[in-house]
Amino acid sequence: MELFWYIVLMTMLAIYVILDGYDFGAGIIHLFFAKTEKDKKAITNAIGPFWDANEVWLIAAGGVLFFAFPTLYASSFSGFYLPLIMILWLLIFRAIGLELRGQIQNKMWESIWDKAFGISSFLLALFFGVALGNVVRGVNLGNVVEGVSTHEAHYFFLPLWNPTFSPQAEQLGILDWFTVLLGIIGVVALTIHGANWIIFKTNSDINEKLKKVVFNLNFVLLGLVIISLLVWHIIEPKPFHNFLDKPWLFIFPIITFTGLFGLFKVRSFQQHGKGFLFSSLFLLGGLTSTVASIFPKVLPSTNNINPDLTLYNVAADEYGLSIGVYWFAIAVVLVAVYMVIQYRVFKGKMDDVGYGEH
Amino acid sequence: MEDMLFYDRMQFAFTITFHYLFPQLTMGLSLLIVYFKWKFLRTKIEKYNNAAKFWMKIFALNFAMGVVTGIPMEFQFGTNWAKFSELTGGIIGQTLAMEGMFSFFLESSFLGLFLFGEKLLGHKLHFLTGFLVFLGSWASGYLIIATHSWMQYPVGYEILENGKFVLNNFGALFSNPWLLPSYLHNQAASLVTSSFVVAGIGAFYLLNNKHHEFGKLFIKTGVIFGLISSLLVAFPTGDLAAKNVVKHQPATFAAMEGIFETETGGSEIVLIGQPNMLEKKLDNKIAVPNILSFLTYQDWNAEIKGLNEFDESVHPTNVPGLYYAYHIMVGLGTIFIGLMLLAAVQLFRRKLYKTKWILWVLMFMLPFPYIANTTGWYTAELGRQPWLVYNLLRTSEGASPTVSSGNTLFTLLGFIGLYLLLGMLFLMLAGKIINKGPELEKHE
Repeated sequence: MELFWYIVLMTMLAIYVILDGYDFGAGIIHLFFAKTEKDKKAITNAIGPFWDANEVWLIAAGGVLFFAFPTLYASSFSGFYLPLIMILWLLIFRAIGLELRGQIQNKMWESIWDKAFGISSFLLALFFGVALGNVVRGVNLGNVVEGVSTHEAHYFFLPLWNPTFSPQAEQLGILDWFTVLLGIIGVVALTIHGANWIIFKTNSDINEKLKKVVFNLNFVLLGLVIISLLVWHIIEPKPFHNFLDKPWLFIFPIITFTGLFGLFKVRSFQQHGKGFLFSSLFLLGGLTSTVASIFPKVLPSTNNINPDLTLYNVAADEYGLSIGVYWFAIAVVLVAVYMVIQYRVFKGKMDDVGYGEH
Repeated sequence: MEDMLFYDRMQFAFTITFHYLFPQLTMGLSLLIVYFKWKFLRTKIEKYNNAAKFWMKIFALNFAMGVVTGIPMEFQFGTNWAKFSELTGGIIGQTLAMEGMFSFFLESSFLGLFLFGEKLLGHKLHFLTGFLVFLGSWASGYLIIATHSWMQYPVGYEILENGKFVLNNFGALFSNPWLLPSYLHNQAASLVTSSFVVAGIGAFYLLNNKHHEFGKLFIKTGVIFGLISSLLVAFPTGDLAAKNVVKHQPATFAAMEGIFETETGGSEIVLIGQPNMLEKKLDNKIAVPNILSFLTYQDWNAEIKGLNEFDESVHPTNVPGLYYAYHIMVGLGTIFIGLMLLAAVQLFRRKLYKTKWILWVLMFMLPFPYIANTTGWYTAELGRQPWLVYNLLRTSEGASPTVSSGNTLFTLLGFIGLYLLLGMLFLMLAGKIINKGPELEKHE
């Protein structure tokens, strides 16, 4: 039962990253590449009717985490207190940037909310990469100081950084060079992803330019991924042991690299949705490979005193998990129906949806 | 450690108070918009469709504010109340996860269609999307109040040796006797807010001598819905909710009503008075004898326990706060019924639109249902203190063990700043929409 909910949770997170990921990416493109009012309009139209529903995947995944793995929810949300609250603030700015822009027709008003939308999207992409980095690096569970736990074994608290920015320091921080590396991968990957979505859903003038952006950034992404693989052993001495034990897990890295290499052909794609498909594969593969590398751990311990949190020692009881399957199954069918309706109504190019015009 | 708990509580209180200003309008207004749209489908009179369109603009803005301030609520269970989440997540996680899966997806998927899809969908389907958004927002309220009810009156659980609450009866979460009265009470109150907003804006138009057609329509709709909902808030829903408190949280009831000592021969109902916590009595009290006993037990002489019967350790933490919250709610609720009755009589006599002083009162009443809703929730929440789960888990045992007060105050200040900005933006933009008013456009 724990394993079932673990797969559900990871699937929901992957869907969240793929869906809201294109919103963040579109925000970054909007910030750096959209010059004319028409381009900006095209971008907000392409995500306007979707971003809210996409964000619900995060909230729903949070709900499932709370219900199925309450100890992990409690431990990680309190331990990552500061960055989580900041993510909330950024989500608020992203949302009001999108929603309020069209309320008043005034150049200054519009440019303020454009910036709010773009900058918060950029920072969110960075923060989510950093968050993933923190999870795989692990934390000082129990806040061990000089060999003694100062809190219960599954609680911890991380400051935003420690002065050395090292992932191997005894007192860790949210930001160190390893987590920031993953954060930058997040920004680059989501920028590519967002560009692909815009190419897919609009007839914008910048689409040709965006294809070049995707192509060039893909080299950067490949380089960063290789660097991260080379340094991964610093945070986990045996980073690939899960894959060697269970070779079928190699499906996840294969998905990652299919996406990554497929994107190099972006300039020759005839169907506009193809690039989006490949960047989705990269995100899906990257996320699943990363969590597979630490499975069944969900939050490793960096000290020898308190044990890792695994999906088995943080789960709710059996009865609750079993009964949840019933309502969850019903809900999933409904959500699928909503999504089909939503994406059918807004199928094709969306340059003229008129999002945010009142 | 005391100050740690203080800032955790302040942050939750501040963020939830601000958040709930928006959903209370969302839930009620979605019903009124669906009503306008339905009237249009039935009568084909353009006015109703334009009224729906106008309120949808306010609705969109209000909904966005509700969404962005709602997400911090779900996060805060984990960030600030980690111990509580760890111990009870297997139970309240059920209803909260269901809220995400059943109502947020429904609302968010159809909101876009509802707001931008009128031309694309045609009127009938557009009505349907509105109805689904209404359904989603009411389902959300239902699941939140199911969670709330479990905290007030825990059912279907057992407690393990390690202190964890474990669910053993899923159905009990929904057949909880606390749930239905609270839910209906809350939904009726949300409709009160929306009716007063609609009527208040209508009065604003008439008094300003503009948008006459809409002004009259809004006042009429607001007054009819407002009368029905204000009555429903009091009876039967408020009555049933209060009886739950008497039965299951007698110390809370005593504090709400301001009864320090058990009175023999029937309890009086206190209208006004200040709790004197030093001498354990009410100062400057104005009260009517025996009414409380009758309202509570339908018996003029029934005995109602005073706070003196309960150990100090189970007294509500903030007795004066609870007392005032409850009295403000009840006082305002009574005024709402009176005002709406009067307005309805004038409406029936076809004199309402010319009775200027009632229009002025209707306009100035607009903020007060927000106060009544807020103080109603304070009554429920302060009434549960010092417990998170009534009688089982104390608030002091639920906070995050590793988050220091300095960090919580930092985020609390951040929320205050950010929400002040949101509040100002909302008022400014809502003011702009209201000032522009509904348009008498013909539909294509």
